[in-house]
Order: sequence, then C-alpha cells, then structure tokens
Amino acid sequence: MSDNDRNHFEPRIVAFFCNWCTYTAADLAGTARMTYSPNVRVIRIMCSGRLDPQFVLKAFREGADGVLIGGCHPGDCHYQEGNYKALRRFKLLKRFLSQMGIEEERIRLEWIAASEGDKVQKVINQMTEQVRKLGPLNLEPISQMHPPKEKNVKAKAVAMAKGGAS
Amino acid sequence: MSTAKTPSSNGKPKVGVYVCHCGINIAGKVNVQETVDFAGTLPNVTVAREYKFMCSDPGQELIQKDLREGLVDRVVVASCSPLMHEPTFRRAMIAADANPFLFQMANIREHVSWVTPDKGAATEKSKALIAAAVARIVLHKPLEKTRVPVNSNALVVGGGIAGIHAALTLADAGRKVYLVEKEPTIGGHMAKFDKTFPTLDCSACILTPKMSAVRSHPNITLWTYSEVAGVEGFVGNFNVKVRRKPRYVKEDLCVGCYECVEACVFKKGVTKDEFNVGLSKRRPIYIPFPQATPLVAVIDPESCVQIKRNKCKKTCVDACERGAIDFDQKEEIKEVEVGAIILATGFKTFDARRISRYGYGKYPNIYTSLEVERMVNAAGPTGGEVHLKNGEKPRTVGIVHCVGSRDSRTNAYCSRVCCMYSLKLAHLIKERTGAEVYNFYIDMRTPGKGYEEFYEKLLKENVHFIRGRVAEISDWATIPEEEGKLVIRAEDTLVGAVRRIPVDMVVLSVGLEPHDDADDVRRKFNISCSHEGWFLERHPKLAPVSTFTDGVFLAGACQGPKDIPDSVAQAGAAAAEALALIDKGYVELEPNTAYVQEEFCSGCKTCVALCPYSAISFNVEKNISSVNGALCKGCGTCVAACPSGALQQNLFTDEQILHEIEGVISYV
Repeated sequence: MSDNDRNHFEPRIVAFFCNWCTYTAADLAGTARMTYSPNVRVIRIMCSGRLDPQFVLKAFREGADGVLIGGCHPGDCHYQEGNYKALRRFKLLKRFLSQMGIEEERIRLEWIAASEGDKVQKVINQMTEQVRKLGPLNLEPISQMHPPKEKNVKAKAVAMAKGGAS
Repeated sequence: MSTAKTPSSNGKPKVGVYVCHCGINIAGKVNVQETVDFAGTLPNVTVAREYKFMCSDPGQELIQKDLREGLVDRVVVASCSPLMHEPTFRRAMIAADANPFLFQMANIREHVSWVTPDKGAATEKSKALIAAAVARIVLHKPLEKTRVPVNSNALVVGGGIAGIHAALTLADAGRKVYLVEKEPTIGGHMAKFDKTFPTLDCSACILTPKMSAVRSHPNITLWTYSEVAGVEGFVGNFNVKVRRKPRYVKEDLCVGCYECVEACVFKKGVTKDEFNVGLSKRRPIYIPFPQATPLVAVIDPESCVQIKRNKCKKTCVDACERGAIDFDQKEEIKEVEVGAIILATGFKTFDARRISRYGYGKYPNIYTSLEVERMVNAAGPTGGEVHLKNGEKPRTVGIVHCVGSRDSRTNAYCSRVCCMYSLKLAHLIKERTGAEVYNFYIDMRTPGKGYEEFYEKLLKENVHFIRGRVAEISDWATIPEEEGKLVIRAEDTLVGAVRRIPVDMVVLSVGLEPHDDADDVRRKFNISCSHEGWFLERHPKLAPVSTFTDGVFLAGACQGPKDIPDSVAQAGAAAAEALALIDKGYVELEPNTAYVQEEFCSGCKTCVALCPYSAISFNVEKNISSVNGALCKGCGTCVAACPSGALQQNLFTDEQILHEIEGVISYV
C-alpha cells in the first residue's frame, strides 16, 4: 500500500460503550459540540462486562479495521465490577488476536467517565489515526475458511452433547 | 388492527424507520432524505419517513398511525440519544397498543450531527447507525416490565439547610425519614453565618426553628455523629447501614445543661473548635454551639484524658445528675430499609494556604471569609466584634474575591456565592468597625432576586471596588504609609495601573469545593461526579436533582456551588421527586435482565460466581443455573462469560448485538 492510499484510507471502527459512563460521555461530547472523526460507530451495551469477546471477533470478521471498548473508571462501575471483568477478558483477547495476526493497536480499552466528553473526542481521534496508519485489516482469506453461518452452533453442540432437544 | 398489536410469529417483521430533523440540529448536517431513501432499501423495512420533530405530538402520531394501520410492527427512530427520548417513544408505542420494547433508537444527533463537521460523512454514519438498529430490531421480542413495591421510607444524608429542608418536606408529607449527619449537630454551614444575603436577615433566626422542627418531628429519626457505612439494593428497596459513632454521652438522657462541660478537668479549651473554624478552642467534652440539634454533649476521644489514658477524676460524670455520661459506649451499626435516598452532603471551603502569595497562615491578620463569618456573628468567638489579633479595630480592610475560583491553577469554575457574601461581609465590617473597605473583584456576579440591588446599596455605602485579580499580599513596605500594614498589590483594570493598597486586615473570599470524602460517598451510592468532584445530575436541565442511579437524588451544594435559596429550592425539588417515587407505590424495572436457556446450560457454574448481586442460583437436581429476575440488574456480565451461550440478556441478546455489528458495518 502506498503512502497516498494510506492517507485516503478511512478506517471503520466499531465501538462498544457502556450505558452509564462512556455512552453518556459520548452524548456529552455531542451536547458540547466537540467535533471528532466520523469513523467510529458506537454500539451501546449496559456494561463493558457484557462484552463477549466474540463481538470483537465478529466485528473484525465483518470488516472492521479496529474495535474500541469504553467502560467506567475502576471503582466507578454501575454494576460494581463489570469493568474489571472486561479488563480481564480484554487482556486475554488481545493476546489471542495478536496470535491470529491482528495487530494489538487495532483494539483498545478506555475508561471514560460520564463527565469526560473531551476524552471521547481525544480517544476516537487517536484511535482513528492509529488504525489509519496500520491500513485496512484484510481478513478475506480467513473468513472464507469459515463454514456457512448457522445460528447458535456452540449452544447446539452443547445441547447435543447433553442429549437434549433441538 | 390486530397485526399492529403483536408481531405475528410466522410472518415477516414489518419495520418502520422514522428519521428526525430535530429542526436543523440533525438536518443541518445529515441529508435526511438520503437516509430515509436508504432506510427504505433495508430488509424488513416497510415504512421509512422523516419529520421535523419526531418527539412532538404530530411526530409520535405518525408512528402510532402506522402501528394502528398495521403497516409496521416494530419501530426505529433515528433522532437523539436513547438516554434523552427513549422513554418518550416507548410511551408512544404503548399508547398505540404496541409493545414498547419493539422499539430501537439510532442516535444520529449526539453521536453524529453534533460531532461531525462533514455533511457527507455525517450522512454515511447516520445510515450505518440506522442499518444497525434495523438489523437488531427484527430480533426484538415483546417484553413486560416487572413491578416491584416501593418502601415508603426515605433516607436523607447531610443535615445542612438542604438536607433539613428535604427531610422536613418528606416528613410533613407523612413519610418516615432517616436523617444522617456526620457532625455532632445538624445545621451545616448556614448555622455558622450571622446574616444572609441580600436581605441581611439573621441566619440563626430562620434556621434554628427548622432545626428544632427536625428534632421534634414524629416522622424524622435523626442520627447525628453518624455516617452511611454501606448501601445495597435498588430503587424503591435500598438497604442502608448507618454507623453511629460513640459520643460517650447518652443521647436520651442528656438535656444539654452544660454542667459536664463546666466541670471538665480542663478549665480552658484545649482543641481547635471546629464550629468556630479554629478561631477559639474547646474542651474535650463540648456542645458545638448553644442551638446545636440535638442539644447533647459529645466527648472528643482525641483529647479526653479518660478515653486516651484511662486516668481522670471524671468530674464530668459526677457533675451529670442524669448519669448520661457513658465511657463504655461503642460504635453502633443501624440497618434501615428505604425507598428513596437524597444526598445533601454539601461542600468544604477552599484551603487558602494553597495560594501562598496571598500569605494566609503567614501573616496574622489575614482571615478566610468563613472565619470572618464567625467573627461578625454575635454568638461567635469575639461576640460579634471585628478586631485584629492585637485587639484593635481595623481601620482599613481588603476583601479579595475569587480565592480558589475562576483560576485554572486551582478551580476553573465560579463558586457563585463569593461575590454576594463578600458584599455582605463588606457591609457588616463597615457597620461594626467603620473601616474603609476595599473589594478586589474580577467581575461582579450578582444574578439573583434583590442581588444587584444589594450591590447598588453597597456602592452607596462608599465601599471601594477595585476591578482586578490580586497579585500578592505582603508586609513589604516601600513608603512610610505602608509600614506595619498588609499591602495588597493588584492591577486596577479600570484605571489601567498597578495599585498598592495598605490595609490592616485582609479577608480572603474562598471558593467552594467538594468534600475530601466526596469520592467515597458517591461510590457508596453508586453515582458519578464531574471533573471537579461535584455529584453528577442525570441531566443538567431536565433532571437536575436525579442521578444515574434510580432512587438516588441530589440536593444542595454537593451537586455544585449554590447559595441558600437555590439549595432550599433544590432540596424541595429532590423531596418532591422522592415523594413521586414513593407515592406511586411500585417501580417498574427495565426488563433487560438475564435468563438461562435451560436446554443449553451445561452446569459449569461460571456465571454463579460472577454475579455481583447473587442473582444466579444453581439447581443441583437439574444441574442448571437460574436467574432471579428481581435481583438481576441487567449488567450482562454472566451472559458474556457463559461458555455455552445458554445465558442471554433481554434487549441485549448475543444475536441482537451480533446483528447490530453486522448492520453497522455491512450496509454502508
């Protein structure tokens, strides 16, 4: 990829923001009319602890070039400690992704409090530039290796193992 | 008609997409027509419309008409944040006999039009968010909110004027109130003041009747010298533990006669008197001030020799005819059930030592405004006399505004009350001493009923006003007139020159700050705070006394600097909100709880240990976990951890989120 292409590359970044701190902070950034790069699209979850690592894998597989996760500061979680759970999973996931050949810089976890609209702006801008420098994540060969989509494969397998229905 | 009521189980979902212009808030940056055209091409979308203001009545009717006519059975509104108008649109769904949870918002205002400078990019981002909402809504299922009864008792934390007013309002409405105060008496900062601005009415005369009303009210349980130790539960059903520190005097026996205080082996004060902000000293056994409520003595374990060294003549015990003194008193934990909580924990004043160039603590005749409040108070340490350390009356006094306020090095915000109290102190000092008074101000901020008039009055009283921030206060004399004086050096921005004003006494008008323990307190109640540490309201304009934790409300200066009228008004508002919650009798809980799909559960118990609310129990016979919906608060941590995908969360199922991810990426 030439430098010119890289400059014109618009990364697609999926963000998962917790309802109570980071999503509210993003709302605050809006109310305060802080402008930032349009590359990040936010999905609201109630708590960063809800983030199943498969959501991140799914986002990359669907074509995201980066994934941003936002939660409450340590000690501030609306559900006591969901953000710590998120942190634990994040660390493991990051190692897993790098083993798959996905650069560590494509995934980021940030603690952003409800009052930190400016931090939303800063983090989104930084993340966009960081991913832009890395260039697009081309997972095409990998996604072709996957079998056709079947819903709840994992759950079905368990049920079958237990001799259950469906 | 019937098709609009519930989605048909076999038929294809019919999604309506409604894009809001929000005047020009959205339409100014997003090409609304283009997004509507795009939405119309998405799978399962049967109707795509736009309207100026979707939240208005005609906007809601647009949705309701389509629902009633059976054109749509699920609704996506692309407008503002769901935190803003999700409840509005859910109500609109209910009014059209549709299930309110067959609804999803795409936030194209706060997350798009207000933050994206480029029109093309804003339109593309809006499309992506709409596609995501459409992708997930086809998987939404009708849900019911669960109703939980509300405990009719309330807890008020903090016994300053805000807490007192809130407690009395709730108690007068017939609710049982627990009022918890960490100091030995209620009254807060207001009890320390002599006069209140702008009316100059006596602070004690308007406050103490309210304090005794609290004491005598049959519906109020007053716990002073106490702190909240822990809070559990949720809106309508909080379980609160209150730690009652030992005061070594039995509250039910003490009548506040002062005999014990007089009899103490220490004939003079030995410790800094907190109530007089250190201007005087008190004995180890004391009553904070004569109108203290409850009027009960308290023994300070730090200075009492009996408690510290277990050897004292215990003259206080002999002096107390009622036998109220009890050195064996222990800390007590009280446990109460309440439906609503009002936090009114107040503020602390800025520590003037932090600005060393103003010389506080270095030069004897530099006081903080709170010290001068005590000095001008007739019941204060000087009996209302304003004098210097040598006992003489000051002939010139400088009042320095904005100490610790409006300065990026300390606090960037305006503390709101200092201009007015500085004017009040200028008036009182001039009245008591006849001194020449100089006010050094940056801007005179007097918005409030009768406030500007008060400023006008001070101008006529020949108080001097110098516009400019004070650079330095020192005793460095350069001319004979400055000898033995404090020299205030400031730029006079109206004259355009640097001035040196020699004065006998300086008053530093210190700003307001959150308490040192504000962070611990807010964590106990699970609420957020601003950058500065003030408790964060749910919405600055539309929910100023609510917090992000349902059932917890804010009153007074813990939310931000406030004067007495504003604190009282906010306390009344908080009490009204708490009453509205309690009197409804029940709360409806968001149905975003977790549930177990039994056939998929492998019985690994991963979820059981993860739940912070002990909402998941394990059935040994069936070898499966199950979620207690009443205890589950809907964080979804267990769902993310379930290795077999058996746990799911209503409104946030794996499938819904996976579809949302597909939607947000794939269609644009």
